[in-house]
Amino acid sequence: MTAQELKIQEKKTASRGDETTKNETYFSPHVDIFETEKDVTVIADMPGVVSEGIDLSLEDNILTIQGHRVPQKQVGRMLLEEYESGHYLRRFTVAETIDQEKIEASLADGVLRVRLPKVGPSQPKKIAVKIG
Amino acid sequence: MTFVRFADRPTFRNPWTEFERIRQGLDELSRTYVDKGKAQNRTNVYPALNIFEEADRLIVTAELPGVKVQDLELSLEGETLTIKGKRDNQQTEKSASYHRREIESGSFSRAINLPIKVDLEQIGAKLNNGILVITLAKASAVTPRQIKISAE
Repeated sequence: MTAQELKIQEKKTASRGDETTKNETYFSPHVDIFETEKDVTVIADMPGVVSEGIDLSLEDNILTIQGHRVPQKQVGRMLLEEYESGHYLRRFTVAETIDQEKIEASLADGVLRVRLPKVGPSQPKKIAVKIG
Repeated sequence: MTFVRFADRPTFRNPWTEFERIRQGLDELSRTYVDKGKAQNRTNVYPALNIFEEADRLIVTAELPGVKVQDLELSLEGETLTIKGKRDNQQTEKSASYHRREIESGSFSRAINLPIKVDLEQIGAKLNNGILVITLAKASAVTPRQIKISAE
């Protein structure tokens, strides 16, 4: 798989929907989403975010991934600027029923991995009918 | 008969200077409005780099999410800094069906000519949370030196 050359993927700014008082840039992180029988996994590229800066929520089937970066202090004179840094924000509507209690998230090398376990198919209950 | 004095003569006007002035104005306009919010120097070679200059050192940063320290290789030859590495595919389960696939994996290699001579002995590099920070000390010849002035 490593034969392929990596290319620069343009960073897209994300819109929050509402306006913020702070003039901060939010980028939409690149994601991989895959589903297995048991769970849905979301992988998001969020370089520069520490685990404390991650804000995850699942409300009304909308998964919100937010990553806050520690503001970098501008050091010295900028000679070359090829990328911009900012916070990360992305929302998804999750179609599957997710077990909220068992959501797991991990962060490594600037990559966030969220595992959303599906709620197991409800066992058909047998209703005993009493003859009375 | 009127005498045209030297100072009264209309000064020769170069018709092209006006165009040049307009062009410069437009350039400035496009820099300030069109490119605002975009990185100014686009590049196609991964990774994108930011370079800062401090009084005694040069700082090169890059965003490398998902790249492990052992997969990253840095070398400095003269003034050419080379960043090489690879990003492995994160996929572990074969049975998974993809909904979205935006993250790419593969190898990368970028060589950049440093704008300033650096000390080959003093190089520091850190990879934290997917951000690579390379600190290069400037060669002693180019670091600004305070010159003491003595009064006689």
